[in-house]
Amino acid sequence: MQVPLSRRVATTLTSQADRFGILLVVKVSQKQSEVVLAVVLGLALSLSAEGQRASAQTPVTPQTASQTPQAAPPRLPTQTPPASPLVPLREAPSVGLNIVVLDPAHGGADLGARGTEGIRESEVLLQFAAQTRRALEAQGFQVLQTREGNENPSFDDRSARANAQRGAVFISLHIASTGLAGTARTYVMPDTPVVHDASGLIPWDQAQAPFVTLSHKLGDMVQAELAKRFKGSPPTAQVAPIRQLRTTAAPAIAVEISSVSVENRAELDRMVPGVAEAIAHGVAAFRPSYVVPVMPGTPLVTQP
Amino acid sequence: MNATWRVWLAGGLLAAVIGAALYFPALRRQVDKAKTLTEKTAEQARRELLPPVPVTSGEPRVKAKMFWGSSNGDGTLVPVTLDLPLSSEPSLRAKEILNTLLAGPVDPEARTLPPDAALLAFYILPNGIAVADFSEALANSTPSGIQSEELAIDSITRTLEANVPQVQRLKILIHGQEVDTLAGHVDLTQTFQVNMNGAGTTAPSRSGVSVLTAPIQNPIDKVEGATKRP
Repeated sequence: MQVPLSRRVATTLTSQADRFGILLVVKVSQKQSEVVLAVVLGLALSLSAEGQRASAQTPVTPQTASQTPQAAPPRLPTQTPPASPLVPLREAPSVGLNIVVLDPAHGGADLGARGTEGIRESEVLLQFAAQTRRALEAQGFQVLQTREGNENPSFDDRSARANAQRGAVFISLHIASTGLAGTARTYVMPDTPVVHDASGLIPWDQAQAPFVTLSHKLGDMVQAELAKRFKGSPPTAQVAPIRQLRTTAAPAIAVEISSVSVENRAELDRMVPGVAEAIAHGVAAFRPSYVVPVMPGTPLVTQP
Repeated sequence: MNATWRVWLAGGLLAAVIGAALYFPALRRQVDKAKTLTEKTAEQARRELLPPVPVTSGEPRVKAKMFWGSSNGDGTLVPVTLDLPLSSEPSLRAKEILNTLLAGPVDPEARTLPPDAALLAFYILPNGIAVADFSEALANSTPSGIQSEELAIDSITRTLEANVPQVQRLKILIHGQEVDTLAGHVDLTQTFQVNMNGAGTTAPSRSGVSVLTAPIQNPIDKVEGATKRP
């Protein structure tokens, strides 16, 4: 029986993922007959070099080698095993949080929520994103945006921006149609069981599942900062099944501000600095909690 | 042109301006009235096309708990108890309950679902998953936003939870098809938890919100008549 091309590609990429310690997310179509792969390289080259250095310093223990026999270094008649690109990265140093992907929702023909005073969510969000970016950069984070102008990437394209990184968090920005004016809420996905396919990869449609606990922690930290600045906001993050977060393989939250229904846009403009500062402080507080495992497919760990 | 004609001309123009000032506001009121009437007629026509709501006047009146929004607009739900003649058959009972929810509370500000939305079909599968098929107005007229969409879904699931214990999970379709989101945010590709093990209780989530996506153990794509919108 001939192995389908998509499966062979997946196998090849999986071995490369093991080699480089990168995250692989697989998207399975409805018919299950085609496997569309979104290979996310992230910091592949730097991690590979880092892994080689680490393996030279810390030899792989027999126990580790037995756990991953396919990736064990070749046996050579030398006392010290030489650095090899096939050495698993299990012993390599972990990668910490250093990238924030900001997602101003909507854009293009999708204006998002619209207020009676002509306020358009998609436009105002660019202003929120710009200031939040500056606040995050001041905290030492590298910031990427899913859109910087009036375009409208798909849900999957936005998620892919975060899934392509290692050590990133994803923050989707929204302005509500409803709610008490001057309040802000953070949302996280509900708990869902982690599912792996036969190859051990995370299905694209449930990419958020392994990250939900971390997302809750990040959400609570950001919401605590928002609640300090915006009276009437809830003290902790809310839970909601948000489509944008479901396919994001990183700690992911959505921040929603109320609302486009204000009589004057200046009311929203006044919230911009506080929201930006709250997000930056919340993510900075979350930074020590986030340690990315170096082996793909292993669950993330949270430092005590 | 002599002075007399000028006076007559000026007087005529003045009369025309006064007439216009009186006529145009009245005309505008008539146009607005006609527009409202047209909208009502369209809504009435839409409802007439729908299957009639089962008459259950013979059923005993029971206390039904409906979840509508709080009138202060803070995005929370408030239970309201009504005396309704409800069927004992679960699917029929769920239809009656959801139609009452769609009809809305006395205070229009407390609505959670658009006034022009309608329930097209409702059935319960043997495994406890219910399928509710709503008209396109539910997706088109629900205000875009996480809070407003979550409130709409939460009002449906919590009302079903309180009144139809046989429903364990709920799948929402729009005009017979699966859609990605309700209005751009809340995910409709998965099922929502209603009752845990059909016992009529829902495990509280961290925020107290009862809407939870369930594991995809029974893909709704297998349900007859449910097709994913391209």
